[in-house]
Amino acid sequence: MSQATDTDVREDGIIESVSGPVVTARDLDARMNDVVYVGSEGLMGEVIEIEGNITTIQVYEETSGVSPGEPVEGTGSPLSVDLGPGMLDAIYDGVQRPLDVLEEKMGSAFLDRGVDAPGIDLEKTWEFTPEVEEGDEVEAGDIVGTVPETPSIDHKVMVPPDSEGGEVVAIESGNFNVEETVVELDSGEEIQMHQEWPVRQQRPTVEKETPTEPLISGQRVLDGLFPIAKGGTAAIPGPFGSGKTVTQHQLAKWADADIVVYVGCGERGNEMTEVIEDFPELEDPTTGNALMDRTCLIANTSNMPVAARESCVYTGITIAEYFRDMGYDVALMADSTSRWAEAMREISSRLEEMPGEEGYPAYLSARLSEFYERAGYFENINGTEGSVSVIGAVSPPGGDFSEPVTQNTLRIVKTFWALDADLAERRHFPSINWNESYSLYRDQLDPWFEENVRADWPETRQWAIDTLDEEAELQEIVQLVGKDALPEDQQLTLEIARYLREAWLQQNAFHDVDTFCEPEKTYRIMDAAKTYNDAAFEALDAGVPVEEITDIDAAPRLNRIGVQEDWDEYIDELEDDIESQLRELY
Amino acid sequence: MKEYQTITEISGPLVFVETDEPVGYDDIVEIELSDGETRRGQVLESASDYVAIQVFEGTEGIDRDASVRFLGETMKMPVTEDLLGRVMDGTGQPIDGGPEIVPDERRDIVGEAINPYSREYPEEFIQTGVSAIDGMNTLVRGQKLPIFSASGLPHNDLALQIARQATVPEEEEGDDDEGSEFAVIFGAMGITAEEANEFMDDFERTGALERSVVFMNLADDPAVERTITPRLALTTAEYLAFEKDYHVLVILTDMTNYCEALREIGAAREEVPGRRGYPGYMYTDLAQLYERAGRIEGREGSVTQLPILTMPGDDDTHPIPDLTGYITEGQIYIDRDLNSQGIQPPINVLPSLSRLMDDGIGEGLTRADHADVKDQIFAAYAEGEDLRDLVNIVGREALSELDNKYLDFADRFEEEFVDQGTDTARSIDETLELGWDLLSMLPKDALNRIDEDLIEEHYREDETAETVEAEA
Repeated sequence: MSQATDTDVREDGIIESVSGPVVTARDLDARMNDVVYVGSEGLMGEVIEIEGNITTIQVYEETSGVSPGEPVEGTGSPLSVDLGPGMLDAIYDGVQRPLDVLEEKMGSAFLDRGVDAPGIDLEKTWEFTPEVEEGDEVEAGDIVGTVPETPSIDHKVMVPPDSEGGEVVAIESGNFNVEETVVELDSGEEIQMHQEWPVRQQRPTVEKETPTEPLISGQRVLDGLFPIAKGGTAAIPGPFGSGKTVTQHQLAKWADADIVVYVGCGERGNEMTEVIEDFPELEDPTTGNALMDRTCLIANTSNMPVAARESCVYTGITIAEYFRDMGYDVALMADSTSRWAEAMREISSRLEEMPGEEGYPAYLSARLSEFYERAGYFENINGTEGSVSVIGAVSPPGGDFSEPVTQNTLRIVKTFWALDADLAERRHFPSINWNESYSLYRDQLDPWFEENVRADWPETRQWAIDTLDEEAELQEIVQLVGKDALPEDQQLTLEIARYLREAWLQQNAFHDVDTFCEPEKTYRIMDAAKTYNDAAFEALDAGVPVEEITDIDAAPRLNRIGVQEDWDEYIDELEDDIESQLRELY
Repeated sequence: MKEYQTITEISGPLVFVETDEPVGYDDIVEIELSDGETRRGQVLESASDYVAIQVFEGTEGIDRDASVRFLGETMKMPVTEDLLGRVMDGTGQPIDGGPEIVPDERRDIVGEAINPYSREYPEEFIQTGVSAIDGMNTLVRGQKLPIFSASGLPHNDLALQIARQATVPEEEEGDDDEGSEFAVIFGAMGITAEEANEFMDDFERTGALERSVVFMNLADDPAVERTITPRLALTTAEYLAFEKDYHVLVILTDMTNYCEALREIGAAREEVPGRRGYPGYMYTDLAQLYERAGRIEGREGSVTQLPILTMPGDDDTHPIPDLTGYITEGQIYIDRDLNSQGIQPPINVLPSLSRLMDDGIGEGLTRADHADVKDQIFAAYAEGEDLRDLVNIVGREALSELDNKYLDFADRFEEEFVDQGTDTARSIDETLELGWDLLSMLPKDALNRIDEDLIEEHYREDETAETVEAEA
């Protein structure tokens, strides 16, 4: 979070009343959404309502002990994030205070109050390499140089989006800290690596384009059945214990985005710690560098102040947009958007606003769509193309998808990964229900899969979908009469579908090999099941009894493909064995 | 300290006072009644000319003449190692007739959030001696794992069994690090005197009391008091864990009563209610309790929480279990059907879950085969459970041989694995061996969740032969 500089206009007010995170102040001259410092401890807050002489403030820290009469100080600027090199590998709270710096400043493992810290290290120097020369004309958004921020990512230093632009009169390479001027323009404007941007305002772009490239997640059920595009939006709703967080973690680990922004919004402290401990040790499958080198974490755990929870998703998406402006593909995971919605509800109820559905404020739907609309595949103002994909977890109360947050989210997002408590109970993970989930990107992504994986990807996938659909129908009958009462061909279909579920849809996130599955392997497993299917039906047509077909030794080996490192050879051999063993039967 | 006799309104547990000096939010208040009795309360809302106070001991008997003193500080808990072995009421006053408590420190009971950066990820296995937990839903140090129960079920027995039997394997080997002892903090909210006696008797009988701190808010104690009881318990727990290196197990019962108290206060303040009348901030409020579990880097101790809640109408979509499940790291379900079958403890492992299990088990922690055995048992038991519905319709004869084995597996799993009685403590080895005994009923190629090498190592060849013979 940016600290107000001395040049800012400061208009002081006096606290009128305190009720939890909501404080009202008298005589404060501030604009809507301005950041203010509340009380003698200087707790950070944001103006959320102005009525007559009274200004209402939501405070991002605990307000215990704050009393009326204490001062309130305006900063004259809205809630903004610090942008510049140093954001990757960082872990922030909901208002972009680095948690490691806070620990150091507070000298305690517990979060104290009234301590502020800039979002990026202002002292650290970076090696700046110019991309333009003296005499070049630059405009807002243009890339003027690069900084090797981490082994994976070159940070592009850009002309601020609100700049007038002009001719470069001075630029040099060398080591600078983020506040030193690296470029001077003829207009007298000086450009530093450090920028600020208000979190509630979308960074400008030229145009939103139709996404045509998938965000490969390495998860078979997602890439295979319900792919999301780079620049797309997805929702993962599910009751507790159904695997939302594991799915989000898997995406953060393996998605083939350049940058990952992970927002832990109102979730568990231990889970965030797991991310903090795991990610630096994990390897990015595309670059081989540490996963943390491309990751920015925002951790606002459920016991941190509620107002900061409301702002953390905005902090996250603003950082994501900044990297998008550099031409990167960014994936943002928000876990969970329900906690964000509840934070809105809590603040709204403290303001005594008229509630909408289930106590949520009437603007819930507008806020959700505003947020998800900041995702997309964009042409940036500097001519590069970049994307922000947003994947939001939703935690519906009681697992009931008809509640307002899920419903309002589903109206906006194009990919829906429905988590299912029944599947989770039988430890079918990822417990994504293949009958309820959908992806509206499937058609526009098919050309990519045809070109980059296999030409018959869509057909093979359709076969898998049909088989799973048929299984769902047959299961209803089986529930009534038992499996043995079905005709032989249907029994065989059930068996094939079982392998599709166990070998293809199930994936062990905790297994070193199985945790990530490249698209080619996803295809091969699906295709191996189809090979078995085709050969088995041929055998059935030739009069072989279904028990003998399902009893062949080779079939159960399908379930072991996921954990094979040399899957290519393994599958070749397996397909041969399946075919030869079946042929022996007739 | 200024005294006011300016009470303007008394409504439910709330008192409104006119003030002419600023009063801090959350500050502690003393109200002296005309007969000399003193009650304590807390500032819920502070404006420049009036203050809303929530009175812990109830507002009965307070009149306009009562005098109100603002103590100028937030609620504190006096903490010291000497609290071990002591019994307190729901507001932290000793009720065991013991000596006065001389505190080392007075700590704010609201507590600050642990910086996620400073946490250490919990991955030390706690052996509870209960197979359904150790084997299937393993508890680790620093976890918060609630027991989802309902009226009339033996959740208290389970909590006591865990408190009695919980050990960490390293302790058994005798190479225990100095000072990391085990302590139990028991926070009772609105439980009946009989339940309280049950706990106290057990603590005394097993000698557990001397390593315990007890906070008792009984069913006939003021409801509002319940909102501070768990905070006192957790403040004590944090002190013992992070200052004195204890491994603290906090049992909070019954969280449902705590939430009812929150609702009562919310209603008295005329707040806009959320689901089923519970306040909209209940998630945040519960999180501020549950999140006070964990480990901190560089500190020896840990806080592990075992909250108990009774689900109204056995309904886990009720706001209390629902919000709890979203905050805690899993849950243990007590099942009414299993209980009526006489299975002790009646834990239903299928909906139960321990989120921290995967990192707390395996080679070096429990055993290399633990994860695979657990996955396979879950799959096989779920299969058997499904088939039970079918068997009611078509009968056993109509099912295949394998399906019949799954049915037998489900029965034996409940009768042998889950049902162990409240006095048996099983080591993790015993639990896993028992798991293999049961899994060996199934043919080898049905064990698709287990690594082939492990099957070779542990599978009981003769076991299948026996079952086959028996069936023949």
